Amino acid sequence: MSNSIPILSVKGVSKRFGGVHAIDNISLELYPGEVLALAGDNGAGKSTLIKTISGVHRPDAGVILYGGNEVRFEKPQQARDHGIETIYQDLALADNLDVGANVFLGREPVKRVFGIPTIDRARMTSEAVETLKSLDIRIHRFDLPLRSLSGGQRQAVAIARAIHWKAKVLIMDEPTAALGVPEQRKVVALIHRLKENSVAVIFISHNLADIFAVSDRIVVLRRGNIAGESCTQSTTGEEIVRLMVGG
Amino acid sequence: MTSLTVAASSVEKSKILSSLASLRAWAFLIFLLVGFEAWAHIAYQTTFLFNPFNLQSIAIFTVAPLLLALGQTFVVISGGIDLSVGFTMGLAAAVFARCLNLTGPWLGGFAVAILVAVVASAFPGLVNGILIAKLRIPPFIGTLGMYGVARGTAYLLAGGTTVPISNPTASILGNGSIFGFPIVVLITAAITLIMQWSLTQTRFGQHIYAVGGNRQAAARAGINIPRNTVALYVLSAVGAGIGGILYAARFSAGAAQAGEPLLLDSIAAVVIGGASLFGGSGTIVGTVIGALIIAVIQYGLVFVNVEPFWQFIAVGVIIVISVLVDQSQKRLTGEQFVE
Repeated sequence: MSNSIPILSVKGVSKRFGGVHAIDNISLELYPGEVLALAGDNGAGKSTLIKTISGVHRPDAGVILYGGNEVRFEKPQQARDHGIETIYQDLALADNLDVGANVFLGREPVKRVFGIPTIDRARMTSEAVETLKSLDIRIHRFDLPLRSLSGGQRQAVAIARAIHWKAKVLIMDEPTAALGVPEQRKVVALIHRLKENSVAVIFISHNLADIFAVSDRIVVLRRGNIAGESCTQSTTGEEIVRLMVGG
Repeated sequence: MTSLTVAASSVEKSKILSSLASLRAWAFLIFLLVGFEAWAHIAYQTTFLFNPFNLQSIAIFTVAPLLLALGQTFVVISGGIDLSVGFTMGLAAAVFARCLNLTGPWLGGFAVAILVAVVASAFPGLVNGILIAKLRIPPFIGTLGMYGVARGTAYLLAGGTTVPISNPTASILGNGSIFGFPIVVLITAAITLIMQWSLTQTRFGQHIYAVGGNRQAAARAGINIPRNTVALYVLSAVGAGIGGILYAARFSAGAAQAGEPLLLDSIAAVVIGGASLFGGSGTIVGTVIGALIIAVIQYGLVFVNVEPFWQFIAVGVIIVISVLVDQSQKRLTGEQFVE
């Protein structure tokens, strides 16, 4: 994988809040079709790092390259327009709306009926069905509000929305934390499928089992610095924990 | 194969229960119509429902509460509330009457008076929207303030009393009919259709549901919530303003207190129609049924010769029953998945 071009390179990025270095001189690279797990204790800087990548924070130092070009995102919307989507723990779904409406939230297609612009609901549903099918997700009812779906299905809809809008980098913040064990497995399977579609994934989790199940590489953060980086195949849970706590 | 499926039985259960909920308002309406019909037969050996005059009267009784409730539906779906609609209606009625008396009986003057009254009614809505969207004042407080401001302004404009109108065009607007359908009812029906279309077929309407369902998700999806909010409250105010114009035309008087009892009627119609005051749900069809229920109670009680004060009790009881049914429905459907 090292011979292909990274989709995302973070070079020497720092972010301070007041006198505190939330992240300090962080560098990492992410390749298409790669799952990078970010591990670290609370306050290690995981959140600050992903928010800096996704345009919520602006770095105080360092540069971010996306597809080989330097990018400076003023707002999360700009990162999203470039294809960097973030799925937060709360998923940012409207539970009172159906699957199609959520996939197209804020970007609803419009057709003209007798010259009057009208929302194209049929297209919203059919494209949502297509996207979910391409990810091998089965949802039986597309006309029901999301609140009647399970946690795993709702997670799948959030991922499908990102994929539908051509996300090349998908940042997932604790995607399995709120789910039961069977649904966690399904999300893990879904991340494998994203890999097959050449989507690069940054995966934040506290759950070492999930990290080992999905990731290719693990970057461990501690107090805003990179404590270590390993290939998932050649490391162990004990080693990652040791890096996290600084033993 | 990742199969993320809900058990089929729970899907079916939730489907049946949600259609029951939308039938709730219909059930109330039918219950009331059958009840009044039986009452009319037993007490007065006459019909309630099969009398065109009664139907026409119910339709006319529906006009004012419905015009206020349509905009209120949009506001409530977005998660807000508009307490100022009653006096915005009175303000428009007073402005319309004053203007009409200034411009005289010619048709152009009539059109100018309508335009001025509509613009005057949009103003409180604009201020409400700016207070809520830009200055982040809770809708309850912002529109409560506007309730006072609109009330005072309306009374000041009306000179503390009602402004009489004597204008031939206004009286056609208020009391004329086309093929037996009162003009005020036809206008209200047209506005209802436009509101139904905006809510269900436009991005504006879709975004209102999204904002009411999950405000943060709507913001992250790039929906312009402040612009949306201002539009909502202007819409609500203009609906009330049209209500005030029709009221003044119908009664040949611009009364500041025209809409005073209608604020609660408008909220009642929206809630009986199935909207949640927490936002995210509600329909125009439901609100129309809700407004019809209120009108049937009001007119029906007059028809069977019961003291009209019973209407407050009846509407109050129906509001509470509606919300109780709504809550039990939510407990039984997919809500259990939401953490």
